[in-house]
Amino acid sequence: MAKKSAPRTNKEELLEYYREMLLIRRFEEKAGQLYGMGQIAGFCHLYIGQEAVVTGCRAAMNDGDQMITGYRDHAHMLACGMSSRGIMAELTGREGGYSRGKGGSMHMFSTEKHFYGGHGIVGAQVSLGAGLGFANKYLDNGAVSLAFFGDGASNQGQVYESFNMAKLWDLPVVFIIENNQYAMGTSVARSSAETELYKRGISFEIEGVHVDGMNVLEVRDAAARAIKHARDGKGPMILEMETYRYRGHSMSDPAKYRSRDEVTKTRSERDPIDWVRAMLLDKKWADEADLKAMDKEIKEIVKDAADFSLESPEPHPDELWTDVLLPVEA
Amino acid sequence: MAIDIQMPALSPTMEEGTLSKWLVKEGDEVSSGDILAEIETDKATMEVDSIDEGVVGKIVVAAGTDGVKVGAVILQLLEDGESADDLGKPATATAANAKAEAPKAEAPAATSGAPAAAVVPNDPSIPTNIKLVETTVRDALRDAMAEEMRRDDKVFVMGEEVAEYQGAYKVTRELLQEFGERRVIDTPITEHGFAGIGVGAAMGGLRPIVEFMTWNFAMQAIDHIINSAAKTLYMSGGQMRCPIVFRGPNGAASRVGAQHSHDYSSWYANVPGLKVVAPYDSADAKGLLKAAIRDPNPVVFLEHELMYGETFDVPDMDDFLIPIGKAKVRREGSDVTLVAHSRMVGRCLEAAEILAGEGISAEVIDLRTLRPLDTDTVIESVKKTNRIVCAEEGWGQSGIGAEIAARVMADAFDYLDAPPERVFQADVPLPYAANLEALSLPGTEDVVKAAKQACYKN
Repeated sequence: MAKKSAPRTNKEELLEYYREMLLIRRFEEKAGQLYGMGQIAGFCHLYIGQEAVVTGCRAAMNDGDQMITGYRDHAHMLACGMSSRGIMAELTGREGGYSRGKGGSMHMFSTEKHFYGGHGIVGAQVSLGAGLGFANKYLDNGAVSLAFFGDGASNQGQVYESFNMAKLWDLPVVFIIENNQYAMGTSVARSSAETELYKRGISFEIEGVHVDGMNVLEVRDAAARAIKHARDGKGPMILEMETYRYRGHSMSDPAKYRSRDEVTKTRSERDPIDWVRAMLLDKKWADEADLKAMDKEIKEIVKDAADFSLESPEPHPDELWTDVLLPVEA
Repeated sequence: MAIDIQMPALSPTMEEGTLSKWLVKEGDEVSSGDILAEIETDKATMEVDSIDEGVVGKIVVAAGTDGVKVGAVILQLLEDGESADDLGKPATATAANAKAEAPKAEAPAATSGAPAAAVVPNDPSIPTNIKLVETTVRDALRDAMAEEMRRDDKVFVMGEEVAEYQGAYKVTRELLQEFGERRVIDTPITEHGFAGIGVGAAMGGLRPIVEFMTWNFAMQAIDHIINSAAKTLYMSGGQMRCPIVFRGPNGAASRVGAQHSHDYSSWYANVPGLKVVAPYDSADAKGLLKAAIRDPNPVVFLEHELMYGETFDVPDMDDFLIPIGKAKVRREGSDVTLVAHSRMVGRCLEAAEILAGEGISAEVIDLRTLRPLDTDTVIESVKKTNRIVCAEEGWGQSGIGAEIAARVMADAFDYLDAPPERVFQADVPLPYAANLEALSLPGTEDVVKAAKQACYKN
């Protein structure tokens, strides 16, 4: 691959990306803490380490473009502009949650913010995301859907069924593989015959690009190109975002399948937030005091979300019976 | 001896067809592989080619003849050295068409139903002064889709062979011609994927009709039907709508073996968040499919291949809708209630007729919708008859009949004069052999027997 010139950026947008990524990290740290306190139950998959992927992608999207992902979804919702209160209260299973407590960590949606879930079956969001693209094309609304999935999901059959139809019909969809190296505890090398996942579209004539998923600017530029490609009617592209999750697969994962050194090394050498922070300081777009103030502001937002999520009541027992079916309009 | 060429069966369910055109004439030499004639069934026009060589001696069935039975001799071919004098009397159709008859001996009676006097003639929702038009179930389904597609641009149909091929069972016939390829979409053979794309499109604001060539193949897609379509409204706290219809033939066809003959009624009826519809006749097929397409929820629409070619009256109305969730009393009676859905309704109507001859007055309830299940209509009937037989084509364990029996015992126990009886498929994968297939599928006699048992008249 030819050496690319460093992506362009400026003070305003880099500060915005920094803020977004920091919000995601602090939110996830708080979620982990609440889980440890028994306030969040069930499954809880944290995004810590992968922040640059969704932040960069969102920066390349237009309003009206859709996002859909699997169960590691809190960050995508924050990136879409959904409220941290509503997300955290869903994690705690309260009335104030996006799904009024009936979905949980893996199942939240916002039609207003064009976020389509939040899906717990590995790979399902790829077909569904292609379907959103199908609707965009059918309605000729100019929107593009971004379907995020992991390296684990990239081995599901329906992913390839969707690749085939998405290219066959040139649907406006971008397939984003968040390769965080481990499908639960199974590394890519132990699960995939072809470990370069961006090549997975070759037999469907889908162009794939390998992207440094720890670099928000690289992510943004790759996403912008793929989104334009889709919006121009040229069909899907595949972006393999090489990233890393610092925490376990879910909160109950003891992470016996990788060494502590591996995690520590990635954290110290490739952390997506540290990289932006260093650039902000280096270019003198912010000083330590500015960043400290931002950190404080974000901690406040997250604390407010956590407080709200604990104060919000459990859903009313009547909620058990609502939202099963919609009434038929006369 | 001349070679008798017989009317071929072009599909597992074909019983007769139209000999639309001869492509040879008497005196022509024919080689193996030559096309002899065009035959039209209710599904398609097909070519008949010769597997023998010779000279066309006699065209037995003229072009344009309707209703030519499978196995009937249509042409006699003279072999080398034979002349017209060698033409014998065409052999009557025997072994060749036994195939079609064996498992279906009771089929012809299915459509004749019961005498008009004993039948409840109208759906309460149909005005009585309306003109009725004879329509096959197949065309009723097609008409329902076409009408809804004219009404709402967001309605489209996708599936295998729905467009250019005109539908594997011709249910989507001519939709491509009217609506074009934007709205009538051939998919690759990829059920899991296109079901997911359909659900995603519904979430994205469209109203897809996803056709499965048969429900057997929807096993590949059941994850999207249940996990993605049925559960999302609830999991999203009411935000994420999924107005979609999954439809196709369900249950046993004819001689297609276990993997193509599975009745999924009880599977889908088990799932909250779905509506499940299984119509019997053409009017219900049309009215319920239109209602399903307009419904804001995911609807599983279970058709029956062996009913596609059956003809029933359909009200000639601009906008004929039947509400989902309402059973229909198809025949009134006082001694025993027979409950069924889909094709078994025909069996129950036949059984009721036989029972009437033996002094037993049977009421026949067509469930029409399996979820939500119209328990009230069943309970009301049982309060009158005090006896019930639940009939279905699927397996018995955890079946629709098991559910009805449980509800009747819970809600009308004191009204029962006998244990509920159930009629269902033998607890084996459906066999291919004609005799075994016939043995495993429930028929009219099984319903009659069960009804007599419920009446203690065996």
